[in-house]
Amino acid sequence: MIITHPVLGPRDAQEFTYLGDASLIHRPDPEADDATGAFHEYLYQRENIAGEHRELWFHEQGDRSWLVVTRNTLTHEVLDVEFANDVARREGRSQ
Amino acid sequence: MNQPYRINGGQIDRSQPIGFTFDGKEYQGFKGDTVASALIANGVKLVGRSFKYHRPRGIFSAGSDEPNALMTIGEGARATPNTRATVVELYDGMTVQSQNRFPSLKFDALAVNDLFAPFLSAGFYYKTFMWPAQFWEKLYEPMIRRAAGLGALSGAPDPDRYDKGFLHCDVLVIGAGPAGMMAALVAGQAGLRVILADEDFEMGGRLSCEREVINGDASLVWVRQVSDALSSMSNVRLMKRTTVYGVYDHGIYGAVTRNTDHLAAKTEKPRETLWRIYTKRSVLAAGATERSIAISNNDRPGVMLSSAVRTYANRFGALCGKRVVVVSNNTDGLRTADVVRTSGAEVSAVFDTRQSVMPFDIRGAQTVRSIKLSDGRKIDADCIAISGGWNPNIHLTCHKRGRPLWREDIAAFVPNKDELPSEMEVAGAANGSFSTQQCLREGAQAGARAVQALGKSAGAVDIPQAGDAPFEITPFWEMKGVKGRAWVDPQNDVTVKDIKLAAQEGFRSVELLKRYTTLGMATDQGKASNVLGLAILADSLGQSIPETGTTIYRPPYTPVSISAFAGASRYEHFRPVRETPSHYWAKEQGAVFVDAGLWRRAQYFPRSGETHWRHTVDREVVATRGSVGICDVTTLGKIDIQGADAAAFLNRVYANAMAKLAVGKCRYGLMLREDGIAMDDGTVARLSDTHFVMTTTTANAVGVYRHLEFCRQCLWPNMDVRLISVTEQWAQYAIAGPNSRKLLQKIIDKDHDISNEAFPYMACGEVTVCGGVRARLFRLSFSGELAFELGVPARYGDSLIKALMSAGEEFGVTPYGTEALGVMRIEKGHAAGNELNGQRTAQDLSLGGFVSKKKDCIGKVLSQREGLKGEDGFRLVGFKPVNQADPLTAGAHLIARGNSAEASNDEGYLSSVAYSPSLRSYVGLGFLKRGQERIGEEIRAVDLLMRSDVFVTVCSPHFIDPEGERLRA
Repeated sequence: MIITHPVLGPRDAQEFTYLGDASLIHRPDPEADDATGAFHEYLYQRENIAGEHRELWFHEQGDRSWLVVTRNTLTHEVLDVEFANDVARREGRSQ
Repeated sequence: MNQPYRINGGQIDRSQPIGFTFDGKEYQGFKGDTVASALIANGVKLVGRSFKYHRPRGIFSAGSDEPNALMTIGEGARATPNTRATVVELYDGMTVQSQNRFPSLKFDALAVNDLFAPFLSAGFYYKTFMWPAQFWEKLYEPMIRRAAGLGALSGAPDPDRYDKGFLHCDVLVIGAGPAGMMAALVAGQAGLRVILADEDFEMGGRLSCEREVINGDASLVWVRQVSDALSSMSNVRLMKRTTVYGVYDHGIYGAVTRNTDHLAAKTEKPRETLWRIYTKRSVLAAGATERSIAISNNDRPGVMLSSAVRTYANRFGALCGKRVVVVSNNTDGLRTADVVRTSGAEVSAVFDTRQSVMPFDIRGAQTVRSIKLSDGRKIDADCIAISGGWNPNIHLTCHKRGRPLWREDIAAFVPNKDELPSEMEVAGAANGSFSTQQCLREGAQAGARAVQALGKSAGAVDIPQAGDAPFEITPFWEMKGVKGRAWVDPQNDVTVKDIKLAAQEGFRSVELLKRYTTLGMATDQGKASNVLGLAILADSLGQSIPETGTTIYRPPYTPVSISAFAGASRYEHFRPVRETPSHYWAKEQGAVFVDAGLWRRAQYFPRSGETHWRHTVDREVVATRGSVGICDVTTLGKIDIQGADAAAFLNRVYANAMAKLAVGKCRYGLMLREDGIAMDDGTVARLSDTHFVMTTTTANAVGVYRHLEFCRQCLWPNMDVRLISVTEQWAQYAIAGPNSRKLLQKIIDKDHDISNEAFPYMACGEVTVCGGVRARLFRLSFSGELAFELGVPARYGDSLIKALMSAGEEFGVTPYGTEALGVMRIEKGHAAGNELNGQRTAQDLSLGGFVSKKKDCIGKVLSQREGLKGEDGFRLVGFKPVNQADPLTAGAHLIARGNSAEASNDEGYLSSVAYSPSLRSYVGLGFLKRGQERIGEEIRAVDLLMRSDVFVTVCSPHFIDPEGERLRA
């Protein structure tokens, strides 16, 4: 598999480490009333998607950036690659 | 030497005779021969025994689809079993052995199996060796394995080298026949980077094997012209002896090149190279494979594919027989008669399957002698050339789940254009286009489409003129109504009857049929047999072939040796080795090393006279606790953390508070996973307001770094903090023991005060050593003694250990390894890898108080879950044997006194044990339910595996200096 890094261009998937669903960016509010339930959902419940899937890959043997890779799990086609950092900011995470 | 079946012509080099042996007997062939063609030229018919019935077998094909002629090539450690004689290039002095026979090929004792054939039907093993169940492993399986099988490995280490390589190109062309050569020519002339790969050792594909005419000349003239043209282009790479075996995602192809198998003298060159080819476009021009027809006893030596008979005559100048019978259901197969006739042999008969009289049975034992016809007549023959049509080599089109389509007019599966890998074109016979003219045209077109797809323009392409005879076939799969057995898959001894029986028993899916009968398994993976088997299944079920289905193919196209996949990653090169800066010094001291992940660490430093590792380790512990010892701790993960938010960041990733750590101080830190389980521990040193250095355990250094980057980039993207691993940038030594300060005072430059007042326990700071070398000093203690860790830039690590050792001479300084380190940390009650095993919470580790109540941290919310925080959970406590002489074993389970040793009474286990020279007894750490309330209780430690059952006393895990006076001294 080849992942096209936003800055470094096409890289072999062997350079990366896989984590999982990009929803892991959305760590729940630990102060919320239902924090335990929300963390349980966050950590253990995943959609098992046959089709387009947004997932986190770490360029461990590269620039050590976390990437959000949109990949079709049926065809392995990579549709989009972004820095997780940018995605996290855009989706409202801050400090 | 006599080669009775050698005729004129062919592409062999008669000026270079080659001697070889087959089963010990000497033969001669020529340069350009394969083992198979040389055996045929020498009139050798019997070359192997079949897998199950041990039937005599001969050469069947002329390519990588060969099911019968499997040989062991070479001798000693280089002997390579199950090699297809049809693809092995002959070299001088080659030794070739037949397989699966005892005592000899001509007389094989297990040929008796053939007499039992009526009982050895499909699913025989499943039906017969069912009970008693315990007989399977001890009796049935060993017996069956001995009887069935192919060649055996030598058992000796492989003496050859193997390598891996990476190639990039614009267009990968697979197959160097007319279609592939045209595609490569068009793409090459357009200036693209082209790779043309073929499994054969000559270019030309079927053109080498037929008497085709291109542009009015023998086709080989054209092959030579185009080969020369391609060779002269710097943007084209020709790869002979290279099998493209697999298609992977995003234009990645696997290929293997056999570099030295054809050479008599083995060189330093890698025997095989495994390639990973990255390409933008590919053209599959892999040709087609002929298939047989099921006729009674069609596995006799001398029964061959029709095209193979032509190949041996035309390419190798070898006659497969002197009286040849041709059987064909198509126009192409009938061409063999002409070739045989003009080669000086006799065509005894030609059968077009549309005729009413047909061969009924093939007679002969170790070779074909005659055929019997359906009208009762008998015709003498020594070779039967059969053609049941051609199967396009669609294998690579299926590697990404493409399902082929059935084409009625050629009675074959062809690639489904809508399900090809997105970068792939298919051309020529692989696409079901069988005439040379079609191959040339499709190859040129596929090449031009690849050029256009890459945004270039292909110039005007001259398509050469060649034969364009239509291919006509009337499907005919089996000769019906015969009594004898007719083979579908000769390699696995699967007959028509087996397939019909399987269909009767309900194995209607072709996938199930394959597994039940073993049709299409082993080295040829059904190249010879799959479609024929499917057709017979369809017929038995009264369905069409498309209704019955097809099996698709996985990589590899042909077998790839495990050695090629291993490449150079063998023995000490299996994985990289990380050596610490003191490695060579430690080696000089005679250290024994241990692998810790990729690191190689000094385990202990034996001295002369020490006969057991324990002597050494005990001495190292006593010397360290008595005076001073030094241990290389470079391997611990070191992460440099900087930024305005560095303190806030650390406060969130550690369970305990870090924000208010003072500059110049260190603190122990416990990190949790988000699920509340302990992940790792280490220390944090604050060098300035905005600058920290974290240590991790050796094992978790990579994972912790990855986790921290995840937190920084994905969870808190706006924090002003940056991380970098500096594990390899700093050499670090632990200097431990009551004399450690005195030793360091000799090394650390005088302007740095390291007295207890100026540099107390848990202090840290930057110093200089040995007259100005930059260093970092941390007053940390894993051993429980007065201790320091001293770090210098890695390039000074070797000098520093020597300087420390010579400065410490007056104190009897002792280097110690990971064993003594482990003993001392157990004596002191520190958790390490055995305790941080991914199952234990902070509370289990008796560090529950560490999880700060005042702040959020990774893992905090879920660490509060019911079940993780119950009072009856595990606690880390210490254990001492009641009888001081009893040894303890790690892994022993804890059972309350009076209870029996069974799982329901299990109350925990010992995680780490060591002999403590300080206490002169074994000591252990472990997890015990409600351990904190049970100090003083006597309990059993039972280890059924090690046959150990001892009484232990539950105690504090701090066996040494529980008040911590020594480390604050």
